[in-house]
Order: sequence, then structure tokens, then C-alpha cells
Amino acid sequence: MKLKDTVHFQWYKTLFIVCILLVCIGSAVHVTEADFVEVFSNVDQMTSFMSRFLKPDFTYILKIWEPMLLTIKMSVTGTVLGVAFAVPFAFLATTIVTKNRIVTMVIRFFLDIIRTIPNLLLAALLVAIVGIGEFTGVLTIAVFTFGMVSQLIYEAIETIDYGPIEAAESIGANKIQTAVWSVLPQVLNQIASYTLYALEVNVRASTVLGYVGAGGIGVILNSSLALLRYDRVSVVILMILIVVVIVDGLSEAIRRRLS
Amino acid sequence: MIKQNRSYKKLILTAVAAAVILYSAAGIDYSGLASFSLSMAGDVFRGLFHPQWSYFYDGSGEDVFSLLLLTIGIAFLGTAIATLLALPIMLISAANLWKSRPAVAKIGKFICNVLRAFPELVYAIIFVKMVGPGPFAGVLAIGVHQIGMLGKLFTEEMEGMEEQSVEAMQAVGAGFWQTFFYARVPQLMPIYTSLSLNHFEIAVRSASTLGLVGAGGIGAPLIFAIQARNWDKVSIILLGVILTVFLIDTVTGAIRKKLR
Repeated sequence: MKLKDTVHFQWYKTLFIVCILLVCIGSAVHVTEADFVEVFSNVDQMTSFMSRFLKPDFTYILKIWEPMLLTIKMSVTGTVLGVAFAVPFAFLATTIVTKNRIVTMVIRFFLDIIRTIPNLLLAALLVAIVGIGEFTGVLTIAVFTFGMVSQLIYEAIETIDYGPIEAAESIGANKIQTAVWSVLPQVLNQIASYTLYALEVNVRASTVLGYVGAGGIGVILNSSLALLRYDRVSVVILMILIVVVIVDGLSEAIRRRLS
Repeated sequence: MIKQNRSYKKLILTAVAAAVILYSAAGIDYSGLASFSLSMAGDVFRGLFHPQWSYFYDGSGEDVFSLLLLTIGIAFLGTAIATLLALPIMLISAANLWKSRPAVAKIGKFICNVLRAFPELVYAIIFVKMVGPGPFAGVLAIGVHQIGMLGKLFTEEMEGMEEQSVEAMQAVGAGFWQTFFYARVPQLMPIYTSLSLNHFEIAVRSASTLGLVGAGGIGAPLIFAIQARNWDKVSIILLGVILTVFLIDTVTGAIRKKLR
């Protein structure tokens, strides 16, 4: 950093950025009709909510552990499905194996679009197309994982060592053989690690998917909220928290061993 | 990698993973698939390829364009609030600022973890109860959730920064706040800006779903259109959401590349 680059010589630039930010915040406040006084004037609402929320009905655990387990099953199946589809697409999304720029561009554009659709919207759409049920949740998670993991995998593939590819090609291996025997072994550990990471994200996400009818613990969360049973809501949230912490810990431990 | 190198440990791990996957896949109820009909799905896709363009802008303030602007506003304000409030949380939870009292840092990290643990949708439901349905509830939901996210990331960056410049300043007698403003802030400022921008991207995505619970934005009309099976309307809204997210990702991506 040179002296000329410091804040003292570039204050007009900083001032400009601050002004733009202030204008943005001002217009955002105007558009969203934000009224911060309202938050404090409704504190009694909050306290009545909290007082019920802080008295969890622990007997409800007996009823919700089954949907919770189902949620985990849904995330595992969805993640595996998603990764299974992501691997071939990730190979197509790099030029290393296919040596074809057009295929890469088309596939990447397709993956970009899949990634931009928010999770819950995808679930709502799939519920309408496929119908209400657990399988819809699995599909949503699979599509979401597909978008997320394929990007991570093709970025990993781009950084591999080219030696084994040349070796395989020089003895006449075709493209599929090169992909399976020279590229895949190099990224297998990373794929496993990304799968676990995706599982963590998905367990978090799948807990709310039930809100739109895609099965799992979210259905219970939705109905308890609708019935104003905040004592049950807090048990459900607590349960989600514990599961998320356990899954995070487990997958982090395995990932550390993998790398 | 040669095949003989595979240890028993790896085999066992693979077997366990396979067992877990099979157990999970077998435990799911596939009966919902029976009601799926190909002709209905065909209808959906036919509708999705005929977006109702007139709904994009009709000047009523309830069209896709103004609702997308509102969604971006929610995301922006939420992230702005979160960034401002995450800074003091970071001050509490960074272990290298509390060398003599490590317990304080633990408390700060615990606050972040608790704030982060609830899904945004749950916050949205709570805030809709508190301030009434509307975009402001969405702003608060995103803000509170992202305080936890940003607080954690800010803390990690603070703890991982290079201490050389701080030590150099301490050696010539600078106090805590002097080292903070003249050594730490200049080093961390670009990273924090980049993180905030990244979370603005994430916030746009979640703001577009918060409408499901009445917290404003494009989510509510979308869910109504899906429930009414008005696929050409769904199509134009989805198109709008995808375009907006794509645009914002590109713009913030460019700014973040410049910051690096």
C-alpha cells in the first residue's frame, strides 16, 4: 500500500461510497416501510410469545422423533441422489475430459440457472408438480444438491494433476476411461467431503421444507405454529438444533480425516 | 491410487455409508408418486414456457417488477442492519481481543451460534407476529439471522489476521483503540465488505422465499400462483427471480473480485 492509497488521500472516494450506501439504505427503508419504533412498541407481543416459547413441552419429543428421523433420511437420500447426478455433469462442465468448449458453456449455463432457484421455491414448485409427500422433499434436496455440488466438483476437477490424463491418453484410453481412471481417483476424496458438506446444508434446509408440504419435521413445525402451540414449536426447534449440531460435528470429523 | 492401498478402514467406512444410504432410501414413503401423472406435468411445463408478460409491469405496484425491487430492498436493509450489528458482536467474540478474559469471547461465540441456528423462516414467522405481516418483518428476519452468520465470519477473520502490524504499533506505545483503528480495521475492511456483499446475495435468495409466511417480497404472489395452478404467472415470477439473483450475483461478484 502506497501513501497515496491511504484514506487521507482518497477521502472523496470513501465519501462517494458512503453517500451511495446511505441513499440505498434510505430507499430500502422507504420501500420496505421499515419502522423501528414498531419493534419496541410491540414488545408485549414478544414477551407473550417468549413466555410460552420458553416453557417447552418436552413430552412432545416422543411424537416428533419419528418425523425428525424421516427428515434426516430425506436429506441423506436427496444428497446421494443429487451427488450421483452432479458427478457426470461436473465432468461435462470442464474441458479437461470432453475438450469441447460449447458443451462446457451450455452445461455451466444450465447449472447456473438451477443454482439461482431458491430452495423453498423449488419445493413449492415440485409439490405442485409431483404432489405432497416425502418424495417431493427428496427431489427438492436432490435438485438443490445437484446445483451446489456440481459447481464444487467441477472447480475441483479444474485443479487436478494432468499427468495421469496424458498417461492414459497415450496408451489409447477413450474419454470415459480417462474420466474414470485418471480424473475420478484424484477428486474422489473431495467429492466425499463435498457430499458431507452438502448433507450438513441439507439437514438445515430440509427442516423447513415441510412448510410447503414436502414432508419431514417442517410439517410439524408448521402445524404447531398454526395452532399457536409455542411450547411445541420450541421443542421442535430445539430438536432441529440438536440434530444440526450432531450432523455438523460428525461430518466435520469425517471430513478432517478425509483431507 | 493403487487398489492394494485401500485399507480395511476405508472399506468399513464405505460399508457404513452404504448401509446408512440404503436404510434412508428404504425408509421413505414413495406412495405420493402414484398420484403423479405425466399429462399434468406436461400442462405445468407448457404453462412454464408461456410467461404472462403483461404481469411483469402494469404500474399497480403489485407486479413482478415492483415486487422484485421490494425483495431487493428487504435483502439490502436486512444485510445492512446485520453488518452494523455484527461488528460489535465480533468485538465481543474475537478471542484475540480478549486475551486476558477468554470467557467473554466464548459468550460472544455462543450468541452467534444461537442466532445462526434458527432458520430464517422461523424468524420470519416470529417477526410477522411482532410487527405484523409486511416487508419489515422480512427485513428483521434476515437481519437477525445474518447477525449470527456475519458475526461468526467476522470473528474468524479477526482471529486469523496477521498480528505483525498490531505488534509493531504496540511496540511504539499504541493503545488498544489505536491499534484497532489503524492496524486492524484497514486490514479487515476489504474482507468484511466482501463478506457482506456475499451475504447480500444470499439474502436476496431468502427474501424471495420469506413471502411464504407473509413477510413481504415476491414469495407471496408466487405461492398464490402455484396454488391456483396459474403456471404462466408462476413462469414470469420465477423468470424474474432467476434474473434478479443472476444479476446481483454478477454485480457483487465483480465488486468482490476488485476488492481482493
